[in-house]
Amino acid sequence: MATVFLPYALRKYADGAEQVEVAASTLGELVDNLEAAYPGTKHHLVVDGALKPGLAAIVGHLATRRGLLQKLDPDVEVHFITAISGG
Amino acid sequence: MVATYETKTDYKVIGSSPIRHDGLDKVTGRAIYGGDVKVPGLIWGDVLRSPHSHARIKSIDTSAAKAMDGVFAVLTHADFPKADERVISAGEDTVDLQRDQANIMADSKVHYKGHVVAAVAAVDRNTAEEAAQAIKVEYELLSPVSDVDTAMADDAPIILESLVGDHLGESVPNTNIAKIFRHEFGDVDDAFANSDIVIERTVEMSMIHQGYIEPHNATAIWAEDGQLTVWSSTQGSFGVRSQTAGLLGIPESRVKVNYVEIGGGFGGKTKVYFAPIAALLSRASGGRPVKFVMDRSSVFEASGPAPGGKVRMKIGVNRDGKITAADTDLILEAGGFPGSAVGAAAICVFACYDLPVSRITGYDIVVNKPKSAAYRAPGSPQASFAIETVIDEICDELGIDKIKFRLDNAAHEGTRRGDGVQFIRVGLEECLVAAQESDHWKSPLGDAPDGRARGRGIASAYWMNGGGKSTCDLMLQDDGTVMMNEGSADIGGTRTSIAMQAAEVLGIPVEDFHPSIPDTDSIGFTGVTGGSRTTYTTGLAAYNAAQKLVIELKGRVADLWETEVGNVEFADGTFTANGDSIGIQELAGKLDPTGGPATSTSSVNLAEAGNAYGVHICDLEVDLATGKTDVIRYTAIQDVGKAVHPQYAEGQIQGGAVQGIGWALNEEYFITDDGAMANKSFLDYRMPTSLDMPMIDTIMVEVPNPLHPYGVRGVGEVPICPPLSAATQAVKQATGKAYYELPVKPARILEALNGD
Repeated sequence: MATVFLPYALRKYADGAEQVEVAASTLGELVDNLEAAYPGTKHHLVVDGALKPGLAAIVGHLATRRGLLQKLDPDVEVHFITAISGG
Repeated sequence: MVATYETKTDYKVIGSSPIRHDGLDKVTGRAIYGGDVKVPGLIWGDVLRSPHSHARIKSIDTSAAKAMDGVFAVLTHADFPKADERVISAGEDTVDLQRDQANIMADSKVHYKGHVVAAVAAVDRNTAEEAAQAIKVEYELLSPVSDVDTAMADDAPIILESLVGDHLGESVPNTNIAKIFRHEFGDVDDAFANSDIVIERTVEMSMIHQGYIEPHNATAIWAEDGQLTVWSSTQGSFGVRSQTAGLLGIPESRVKVNYVEIGGGFGGKTKVYFAPIAALLSRASGGRPVKFVMDRSSVFEASGPAPGGKVRMKIGVNRDGKITAADTDLILEAGGFPGSAVGAAAICVFACYDLPVSRITGYDIVVNKPKSAAYRAPGSPQASFAIETVIDEICDELGIDKIKFRLDNAAHEGTRRGDGVQFIRVGLEECLVAAQESDHWKSPLGDAPDGRARGRGIASAYWMNGGGKSTCDLMLQDDGTVMMNEGSADIGGTRTSIAMQAAEVLGIPVEDFHPSIPDTDSIGFTGVTGGSRTTYTTGLAAYNAAQKLVIELKGRVADLWETEVGNVEFADGTFTANGDSIGIQELAGKLDPTGGPATSTSSVNLAEAGNAYGVHICDLEVDLATGKTDVIRYTAIQDVGKAVHPQYAEGQIQGGAVQGIGWALNEEYFITDDGAMANKSFLDYRMPTSLDMPMIDTIMVEVPNPLHPYGVRGVGEVPICPPLSAATQAVKQATGKAYYELPVKPARILEALNGD
């Protein structure tokens, strides 16, 4: 099961939980299963079948570059944060 | 999967400091910058800028300009293609089609003084300027909103009327608060209730500018066949391509951006200002090339500075010196349109500390100032100033050594950042130990001359560094040299630091490399030179391309020696098999019968970059009569992973430190009551020069980055962050007064001293 660290704005869909467990083999499946378990979350994360522009998904320690296609190891942790560019 | 590496330790090229390949051209004036671009048939563009910081545009009369001799075309926002209301991914950035269009040319309102309202193309620069000034605009003046408090007030004038704010996931219309977001882990309030000491302060800082020497510029030809060609000073040609295509509503494949040298950027040259305008004027002028060069006052007034704002910071500790809780509100000015660096500030703010619980709330605030842009570690300096100011007070309150406190609470492998992400191997503790053992920290401050006082400050900071997309092509030439194409704009010697990584693999002297940065039609996508990503990311592309070249050459050697490729070994620039050997440069002249030129290419898309930490120590003197400050000794300690080119890495650290000192002690956008910037020249916008600074001593700590075969970490961003607090705490120690507002300028010091 992946551990999803819910962005603060999404915690209201999960009774205020900071983290939830979601079974998924890809990031896309994780977003779908998260929506199934906690309706209302998906539209914060995905638009037109891809991660929202300006949003980054951290899988394990690293920001995935494969978007919703990213494969997930068992027991991996997933974060959704604002994508950052530098100076 | 993400590759991790057993870091190499014995180097022949990495760790040396060769002369940069572009050095001669740059010191002799032969290098071509955007301002040098000359194309047959060139005409000039100029713009009319708003004299008001907040106003509605009632009408624009361009008839007088259009009627002038020598004027080819006049442009207003109405001439732009209508943009959809959406944000698109563009390379490694995003483009908000409507807002970015409205930023480079105002539609119904002007959002800041200097906002472009109209543009012209004319036969020469003077005519263009005269024609632009002949355009008549009727404004309805509105109250300027010049700071975050005014912008967040219930009765604040609304700047961007179409804005629907995202406030912790709720949609809120009629607001200047574009976004409120939060990272929160654990019971923060309970932890504060159980803390022995809680200190809460609010710090403020002004908007400031990157101060690059070369102003923005662009030349564009939009030819009759629909092909658009652009030259523009930029940190990333592909970013110019993406943004220009997006704002003009054309495919990126129709835009070619030619690389020109860049005279400084520091994050400020990641957004387009002129390229789409020049393109539209070119098309309206029958495909003539149109050139723009921004004047200095407009660079200040209308190109993206670093956000000012305020930060509330609350830290709890136990008597034994362990942090128990942390809570902050980061409130940063986005400028005239949404999008400040507050997201990055939130990632960085608590990243130096291993915290049990924390809460970070970020606010992105629209104000009547130029749309902010990146500036070296965007958001982190403001955040670092806030937390390090409070940490300094906690250390004083507890009577604990300031490095010991930081070591006792330092982030390390496994620590979670404030946004919940866990660190891999990082080098903050090693930096703090190096600071503790430094000659600077061990040396007494010494006595100040009469009428002056001395103080010492220390601060730490973090930047996550960047990865992303880069491409590098290599070709081994007959004479044994290597032609290298790579896509990164070279701001700080990256041609050389990238080539060195390929040279290390191939065993060829880096002096035998010929690095080039071609146009966007001639190299694979490469992200912007920013975020401390280039030596790391494009360097890794070069490393991979060199490894591929070795594989290709092993096949050629096997062909030449009529043996199996598996018998061919390569080490230290020499191929061996069955007792034979040949150097790679000798082999280069024998390749023709084995299949012709040997080439390789590599593109990477890296997920992460490995993080950077810096710890700075600042000694300064304060003239107690005038409040003038003089930095007398400064040491910057930084984990660089592995310094590919130590001289350039040191230069990045020194340059960042000096910019941070300027931010701390002198620089500010001085805004008048009508929302205008009063100090829009280098004469009045006081940046430190070499005459103001002592030598910035550096200590480069090398904790290898496990994500890179040579352990490389980006170095350019984090050194601007610690000086804001290090210099401020030095002034505090010298004067016995605390300072919560930047810059700590002479007037502010005198005000504090005379307030007794």
